[in-house]
Amino acid sequence: MYNFTYHRASGLRQATNMLGKFEEAKLLAGGQTLLPTMKQRLASPSDIIDLNKIDGMSAIEVKGRNLVIGAMTRHADVASSPMVQQAIPALAALAHMIGDPAVRHRGTIGGSIANNDPNADYPAACLGLAATIVTTKRKIVADEFFRGLFETALASDEIITKVSFPVPKKAAYQKFRNPASRFALVGVFVAKRPSEVRVAVTGAGASGVFRVPEFEAALKKRFSPKSLEGLTIPADGLAGDIHGSAEYRAHLVGVLARRAVADAG
Amino acid sequence: MPSVSMTVNGNAVKGDADARTLLVQYLRETLRLTGTHVGCDTSQCGACVVHVNGKAVKSCTMFAWQAEGADVLTIEGLANGATLHPMQEAFRDNHGLQCGFCTPGMIMTAVDMVHRLGHELDERTIREELEGNICRCTGYHNIVKSIAAGAKAMKGGAPSHQAAE
Repeated sequence: MYNFTYHRASGLRQATNMLGKFEEAKLLAGGQTLLPTMKQRLASPSDIIDLNKIDGMSAIEVKGRNLVIGAMTRHADVASSPMVQQAIPALAALAHMIGDPAVRHRGTIGGSIANNDPNADYPAACLGLAATIVTTKRKIVADEFFRGLFETALASDEIITKVSFPVPKKAAYQKFRNPASRFALVGVFVAKRPSEVRVAVTGAGASGVFRVPEFEAALKKRFSPKSLEGLTIPADGLAGDIHGSAEYRAHLVGVLARRAVADAG
Repeated sequence: MPSVSMTVNGNAVKGDADARTLLVQYLRETLRLTGTHVGCDTSQCGACVVHVNGKAVKSCTMFAWQAEGADVLTIEGLANGATLHPMQEAFRDNHGLQCGFCTPGMIMTAVDMVHRLGHELDERTIREELEGNICRCTGYHNIVKSIAAGAKAMKGGAPSHQAAE
């Protein structure tokens, strides 16, 4: 690991100023991706700004028809929160599927979303539930937020403060896990919302999380696994690697979407 | 160089550590608590699991300075003097190890599991919860048996000098 200077931010304003001041600064939330990538020298920040001592960034609350989760909320706390389990059980279940118990004790929702790993789980939930990502500067809808592999709409001195999920009528997440990394080989989040149905896919896209309009249209007519029978997505443009070809992933998208719809009930 | 201060196994410790020092390095190399192992160093194997403020974490995936002010419990802090913790005793009784390298992490994970999920753990739950702990000897059968037995044995109240545990 290359050396760096560490800073403990006591507030968001201070953290923002530091982000602006240092050339190659990185924010530290849970560190469950940042530390491994630093060890591999895939990341070599000059400065690390620790967000863990900033108060009030891990609240979970229901505001009107939205479930609002603070950016520093750990996966384990989302998974075990009675409020999340009641409002959006699929989201609690998704958080429970991330990594392993020790990783879930550290990893945060804001960190996962800001990192936008193409195989991460939370981006699928954000896109599938039409979440709004709240930052120190503005509110960004999920459709605009995820821009590509590890790329988001975040400016270099912008920090996610919370994520607001509109409560859906029904939702479910199905994940086909890579047993070694525990990331999603493919994951499909399906949500039936008052106005629309959303199908969001992680793990399969060559440029990250994406929606499947054909599946959504079919499910909007009738929310049933049967509506998806015979529907497939093309392997063109999907990710393929030693863990699974693009064709295999395309097949999984169909299978997992049907399972998710069945699971949502 | 950042200074760090924390409580490890009930003892206050304080010192300087390079910013890059991982918690596991601090425990092993500075404090010479070598019971916590480094298996993979890539957050996969769980040999380095310790408890930070009562929660199981991978100490290879945390900087020492992140534990500033925290209460850290390692495998060395589990036993009460010469009396083993019930989970340690259960691993011995059930032969829950082969080479023993993964055992400290397995036991720390197991104790955390009991704290969160209670004393009656079925096999499926235990196996699922062991997702982040790898045994290269593949001795999982007896590890699972040990954890189920240890969880029950902890009912009587685990002897430990840490109130938080």
